[in-house]
Amino acid sequence: MTTNHITSLHIRSVPVLDQDEALDFYTTHLGFEVRDDIDLGFMRWLTVGVPGQDTSILLELVGAPVHDEATAAQVRELVAKGALGGVFLLSDDVHATYAALRDAGVEITQEPVEQPYGTDFGIRDPFGNPVRISQPNAATPAEVQGAYDAVAAER
Amino acid sequence: MGRPLSAQEDTNRRMLRARDEMDRRYADPLDVPTLAALAHLSVSQFGRVFKEVYGETPHRYLQRRRVERAMTLLRQTDRPVTDVAWDVGFASLGTFSRTFSNVVGCSPTEFRARHSPVAVPSCFIAAWTRPREKQTAPPQTAQTEKREEVGAG
Repeated sequence: MTTNHITSLHIRSVPVLDQDEALDFYTTHLGFEVRDDIDLGFMRWLTVGVPGQDTSILLELVGAPVHDEATAAQVRELVAKGALGGVFLLSDDVHATYAALRDAGVEITQEPVEQPYGTDFGIRDPFGNPVRISQPNAATPAEVQGAYDAVAAER
Repeated sequence: MGRPLSAQEDTNRRMLRARDEMDRRYADPLDVPTLAALAHLSVSQFGRVFKEVYGETPHRYLQRRRVERAMTLLRQTDRPVTDVAWDVGFASLGTFSRTFSNVVGCSPTEFRARHSPVAVPSCFIAAWTRPREKQTAPPQTAQTEKREEVGAG
């Protein structure tokens, strides 16, 4: 039994290179809503989330106050080459989501693929962060593992 | 966009688009002219800049992606190794086996054998899940426990 009193995953940070562009992408294309948009003086606290769901993501501008300029330059370069981050989203109609994003010109990294756990596809946000969108099936983790093992077991 | 990308960020972003294209078409022959065009570079610049950004040549990256896909197919399907090699884009079994061994550290056949689920004898499962009468059993020691395990299978 845990005794640390943590009750939920509340906010996850995603590094972005421009907060206005990030806000447009995550609201316009992914349907997120703005949770907080607060000028703290030393930074803009900008969080968005899926309507009806509690967890938010912080669209965190790479740079001060978190990073010194040399570190920020390194992080920005890592974001731009796709080496950081990662957001995993669920859809109740993954093919419709895919078609809408494709038609809107969003960068698709992988078309929808059937997997033992459901169907998913990949996109990138404007800065290079990977976003994976899935429509899970009803399989339990054990059943998913079983599907991965099944063919091998027949050999 | 508020802050313009630095030259290196812009280069990285363009190379990422090219690398994503390689990921999408991993089974196709390496198409440097198309990738270079995606990255807004000349054919002669592309390989050098890709290596500067990702630390390996486009050819090596593509080989690793193909091997990664082959690992999945070897584990999840019963397709012959030769077919797997073709499926992921290798034109010869020899090149596939050599590349696979270089990347993974074992041959495709060895990899498949190592990653098959372990077949546990049913008698072991029965012994493992059988309730124990601790009050009547003799005192357990590491040695007797080990003997039971060995004898159960």
